[in-house]
Amino acid sequence: MAYSPVVMEHFKNPRNVGEILDADGIGEVGNPVCGDIMNVYIKVADNRIEDIKFKTFGCGAAIAVSSMITSMAKGKTLEEAMKISNADVAAALGGLPPNKLHCSNLGADALHSAIKNYQDRLAGKPVGGEADREPHHKGTGQCYCPYCEMKVDEEAEFCRSCGQELPQEHDH
Amino acid sequence: MSMIYLDYQSAAPIHPQVKEAMHRHLETVFGNPATDNQVGQPAAAALDKARLQVAALINADPKEVVFTSGGTEANNHAIKGVAIGLREKGRHLITSNIEHKSVLNSLRTLRLQDYRVTSLDVDQYGLVDPAAVEKAITPETILISVMLANNEIGTVEPIAEIAGIAKKHKVALHTDAVAAVGVIPVDVQELGVNFLSLAANPFYGPPGVGALFIRKGTPIWPLLDGGLQENKRRAGTENLMGIVGLGTAAELAAREMPERLPRLQALKERLRQGLAAAIPEIKINGYPDRCLPHLLSVSVQYVEGESLMMMLEDEGIIVNTRSACASGSLRASHVLIGTGLDFALAQGTLVFTLGRETTAADIDRVLEAMPGIVQTLRDMSPLYKKEHTT
Repeated sequence: MAYSPVVMEHFKNPRNVGEILDADGIGEVGNPVCGDIMNVYIKVADNRIEDIKFKTFGCGAAIAVSSMITSMAKGKTLEEAMKISNADVAAALGGLPPNKLHCSNLGADALHSAIKNYQDRLAGKPVGGEADREPHHKGTGQCYCPYCEMKVDEEAEFCRSCGQELPQEHDH
Repeated sequence: MSMIYLDYQSAAPIHPQVKEAMHRHLETVFGNPATDNQVGQPAAAALDKARLQVAALINADPKEVVFTSGGTEANNHAIKGVAIGLREKGRHLITSNIEHKSVLNSLRTLRLQDYRVTSLDVDQYGLVDPAAVEKAITPETILISVMLANNEIGTVEPIAEIAGIAKKHKVALHTDAVAAVGVIPVDVQELGVNFLSLAANPFYGPPGVGALFIRKGTPIWPLLDGGLQENKRRAGTENLMGIVGLGTAAELAAREMPERLPRLQALKERLRQGLAAAIPEIKINGYPDRCLPHLLSVSVQYVEGESLMMMLEDEGIIVNTRSACASGSLRASHVLIGTGLDFALAQGTLVFTLGRETTAADIDRVLEAMPGIVQTLRDMSPLYKKEHTT
């Protein structure tokens, strides 16, 4: 596995695994088609994340990201936690292989989703029992092949110019 | 090896006698088989000997064996060679949707050249229905390509039956037998195929070398154009060291198969039964009645394959996985999805492939390690709790 020692450490000894049954906010992102599912549970006091836990279905990177981002968010104010980005998590982990960067996106999304969920509840917005599952992000325009940078159709299985299979999670 | 190695499918240690034969060849022969003098003749002899060894393994005539750089080249050659050679006759090909990517992507390239391809569905066991093959045949069909054994789930396909149908309709039949040759008995006369692909690494030969069986009298265009090697069917100066390795491995496989096959089958059974007994909510993939003896594909509910694989590696056990995250393309296995497995379950798939050096103690160690690892990951999984409370 081309993972950094920090990633391996967080994979083997993940921090903050679990659920919070009476959580103040829950973020649930991902779907099995893309491979990873992350749930983040937070308890908020004085505008700070007093406690945070996660449950993840995913690869080594996904578990490491979940462990790292929950560690980074614990004790922070909600504003500070909302600013934690996928790039921050990847950097804290000592970098991730390029094909695993989407796992760090998922981590940031799950944390932010939990915070939004808490804020929605506070505002009295109806919170559905169902998960706020993020489907594949559709970009706002043209997709490009990550290998040869020629244009490709959205949802194309492979690039017409170089033949490479297009990952389902790719940048726009 | 101090680790427990159960990923023979990805790479197998080369058989000691194969290494010896290759080394001896390297030390003594450097000539080009095409040169008819005292330097070239030993090379030509080595090439001939290897050809006889490979032909014997599959019960072919040596003249029907064309050496290639492996299974992928053989598959490309069969498909593109027939397409180009028979393009006046028709432009329709039939295959299954669980073929190896070298078959599916060769067909994809043909689609861009206005060939039509019918890709047949398989059942939950990965089996191709010969009746479905017959139904798909049209007057324009020039080739049917169905693998002999699937490299991800181990299912052995009814090739002899399909060959009967192909012959009846006068359509050529190719089979990708890379996962089968050298592992189970493969007889091209019994099977009745026109083309068969094989590679050395599944039976402890060097990777990067294989062969395409081309039945006498079957027309096919070359894949590699150029010189006159392989009786003008496959140009390029031969990888003679590799071919010597392939030949030696083939001879050993033929001789040792009566001992290897039942031993591996028994070890696989031990693993299968042990896992089924120790771990709830797993699925064994493939067709139980007709499966490769050394391959076990197991899908573990609620957890993801790469994590399983990494935790097993931590315990000194090497296996393979079929999760999307672990694949280069970040897509789920087309084979598992083809058998109707749902995405989440497909993500939790491990593939164990046993080999020469696998012992019962190795299997027992895996059975010891797996339950704890599975439980750790299930406790971490959002899917596990949900399923158990609803």
